[in-house]
Amino acid sequence: MSNRGCRTEPFTTINGPVCDCTGTPEPALPRMKQSFIIGSVQTSLGIVPQVASTLNRRDHWGTVKARFGVGRMDYAVDPGLYALGNPDGNSPVFVSANYKMSFDALRSSVPGRTGWILVLDTDGINVWCAAGKGTFGTDELVARIEATGLKDVVCHRQLILPQLAAPGVAAHRVKQLSGFTVHYGPVKARDLPSYLDAGMHVRPEMRRKSFTLRERVVLIPVELVEALKPTLAIVPVLFLLGGLGGHGGFWSGALHDGLFAVMAFLSALIAGAVLNPIFLPYLPGRAFSTKGFFIGTLMAFFVLSLRGFDWQMGRGVLDAASWLLIIPAVAAYLAMNFTGCSTFTSLSGVRKEMRWALPLEIGLASFGILAWVTSRVFL
Amino acid sequence: MERFVYLSNVVTLKLDEEKCTGCGMCLEVCPHSVLEMNRTHVTIQNRDACMECGACSRNCPFDAISVDAGVGCAAAVINSMLGRSGGDCCCLDDEKSAGKKTTCC
Repeated sequence: MSNRGCRTEPFTTINGPVCDCTGTPEPALPRMKQSFIIGSVQTSLGIVPQVASTLNRRDHWGTVKARFGVGRMDYAVDPGLYALGNPDGNSPVFVSANYKMSFDALRSSVPGRTGWILVLDTDGINVWCAAGKGTFGTDELVARIEATGLKDVVCHRQLILPQLAAPGVAAHRVKQLSGFTVHYGPVKARDLPSYLDAGMHVRPEMRRKSFTLRERVVLIPVELVEALKPTLAIVPVLFLLGGLGGHGGFWSGALHDGLFAVMAFLSALIAGAVLNPIFLPYLPGRAFSTKGFFIGTLMAFFVLSLRGFDWQMGRGVLDAASWLLIIPAVAAYLAMNFTGCSTFTSLSGVRKEMRWALPLEIGLASFGILAWVTSRVFL
Repeated sequence: MERFVYLSNVVTLKLDEEKCTGCGMCLEVCPHSVLEMNRTHVTIQNRDACMECGACSRNCPFDAISVDAGVGCAAAVINSMLGRSGGDCCCLDDEKSAGKKTTCC
């Protein structure tokens, strides 16, 4: 490859953050005032911010908050070119999304190494989802290469992309349009060191997207947070219905039967949004709804056994039956929604599952509510 | 490693062996080892493991692979049934749905 007069010795490093050039900042360069910037590198293009290769408390806290859905849709870094260590014209170029968690995973996984990080504008969405939508795509990559002037910074024409960017990026088109060769690195950033050490060779197991217990568990908080809003609407209704009908006054009914109804509903939430992700590979059935029905039914029997029902009376039987319908239905619905978080469900499969599961879930829940209200008001 | 398989016989993955040159690009990008290399071209080895992400077809320089790519997300399907935006993927990003967050990704 011809050397186009680019530098092969390290660029000048300026220690500490420099001023955030007020006035007319270079549009292609990311802002200096971002929490992870530790210095800057002077290049032919101007000052390129240098990023920390370790995560600090603020980064970890940001991750925790995003995992709970707090500020998750606004957790972005500036697109553009960054320096990792003191890179020169031969240093590798890593491409990432501008979702901060994706960017953090990359910069913290190659400690002690040098390179350039090209951050695409993916609207603050992670690599895989952005690739699925096309925002982490061929057009954005080619445009970002142009906008940053990457060709003047590096001598080579090689890019390392996360493998999960492949649904959005056509490597052969990037080559045609920009001259850069796309190398798909491992799925996980933490495999990058061994990938680089092996001469950019990916072992087969690094190509596979896993869905380990740990990967499933970190998704639970946001599932619960998402379920919170409908829960806040449903809980008062259950209290109210618990107070109506029944024997004794409104408040005794609300506190006794209403409270039980709320507990039963929360148990369905736990079955569908907590237990289903944890035990996913061990639950029977392939469809997520089937898994949800199974764990929800177990939960329903557990909850009913805690309370004890009067099975001799029609009212008691109907009351118990209503929860045997409602809890599995709610759990199955929540489990079905977990398909979006999983790493192996196809759209065709989800559509097929929903064709039978959604009517069943709605039907069972409706019958359950009807049975419960009937048992309270009419018997 | 535990291997997950979703529903069987549903995916839309198609391979045109005539067009395939055996370059192996699709093997590199597939996150579930769906394809395997024959002597001269690739074959679909593990169809049910396919999640229709579309990485293989997007990166095939010879248009030998086709798949109706999409994100297998129930919330997104429901959103699109209800006529809400963001139906193609659950990670919403457009202005209309900027304030709306869904459960996944």
